[in-house]
Amino acid sequence: MKPVFLPRSKEELWDLLSRYPDAMVYAGGTDLLVRLRKGILDPKVLVCLERIDSLKSVEDQGDRFFVGACATHARLLAEPVIGRLYPVLFQALSQLGSPHIRNMGTIGGNIVTASPAGDTLPPLYVLSARVLISGREESREVPIKDFIIGPGRTGLRSGEIIEGVRIEKMQPYNLAVFEKIGQRKALSISIVSLAALLKISESGIVEKARFAWGSVGPTIVVSPEAESFLVGKRLEEGYLKEAATFARRAASPIDDVRASASYRRLVAGNLLFRLEGHLKENHLKAEQPDLPWKDQA
Amino acid sequence: MKIRFCINGKDLEIETRFDRRVIDLLREDLGLTGPKESCGSGECGSCVVIVDGETRLSCLMLAAQLEGRRVTTIEGISSPEGLHPIQEAFVEHGAVQCGFCTPGMVLTSIDLLSRNSDPTRKEIRDAISGNLCRCTGYQKIVDAVEDFSRKNREDAQT
Repeated sequence: MKPVFLPRSKEELWDLLSRYPDAMVYAGGTDLLVRLRKGILDPKVLVCLERIDSLKSVEDQGDRFFVGACATHARLLAEPVIGRLYPVLFQALSQLGSPHIRNMGTIGGNIVTASPAGDTLPPLYVLSARVLISGREESREVPIKDFIIGPGRTGLRSGEIIEGVRIEKMQPYNLAVFEKIGQRKALSISIVSLAALLKISESGIVEKARFAWGSVGPTIVVSPEAESFLVGKRLEEGYLKEAATFARRAASPIDDVRASASYRRLVAGNLLFRLEGHLKENHLKAEQPDLPWKDQA
Repeated sequence: MKIRFCINGKDLEIETRFDRRVIDLLREDLGLTGPKESCGSGECGSCVVIVDGETRLSCLMLAAQLEGRRVTTIEGISSPEGLHPIQEAFVEHGAVQCGFCTPGMVLTSIDLLSRNSDPTRKEIRDAISGNLCRCTGYQKIVDAVEDFSRKNREDAQT
């Protein structure tokens, strides 16, 4: 029998982790329990973080928001600030798993699992989220793109947990899109996903662009070439076609049961074509945050 | 190891392994066979139970996580006098065929209606999107939930 601990504070957690350095830490358990059952993992001790309240909060920290690692996806969807400031993350959360999975799974779990198909990862990349990592002695903050180093691999060291992510409030974009291609709407592991943030001028010119793709490489794929190519141009088929070529070049997908590598590469580029339609609908406008210093100016 | 929690309105203290899956604890130790196991990996929703007012997949929870929680299974929503009205609606609309998904469907519907008393058909479909049914094609289940919520609102008005 494996002992299962449910610490109620970080102090209790640090004690447990120093007493059991081999302990496996989990939050929602939606990935871990599947792997335990399959026998892929066999930890000696389990530590569940669900009772540590300070890891579940969403806090206003001035110019950025802190999102606790153990906040469930459902809790974040219900948090008005997520939909208002980070619509690209909101869209991804609403397509993640199923209502039951969203009641259990957490954003920290999605990050630490570091699946190339993790639905919150492309949005967190384009939002330049920073991961707050803590151990008993010290805390550090790492950009998410540096934290995730491979499929299932992160920069987390022994005795450390993710406390949460910090995301800047000021996101100077007015078009936010998350697209996920799967075999069905609910519970699908993405075949290709795309998070896109754009700033488009009133005359329709791209001023800024951020893109991140899921499931087309060992980690999240970015293409600074596609981003900078589109700056100064309109979201029109000719330009998007060229940007798509850059995207396909950046991708390094694999064949698996869900799709072939060549299909993934093709679709990674093609998803950019949808941006033109999203711009026309224009219902995804990100609002500017109510920044405290705005009134003082 | 002892765990204390409330199951279907009754406080319970039980000796069990902390790493036992909740689905096994409920079915094998407590004889509550309403929650079913199909996929064992969180994809089918037949093991759904309600924990502190929200749906949970009992195949993806360990017994230790129940400590101090309030758990409701399908056995806890009806009374000796009869079925829960939403179960009546399922019967009336032919929303039950083999019955394997039904406990999860009913509990998921109760969870939806506790947050949204007037769901659209799309909202009902979204709510049950984590519950697989291989018999009904979902149409009759959506009909049952929709009809129940309409009658419920009419009753509340009169």
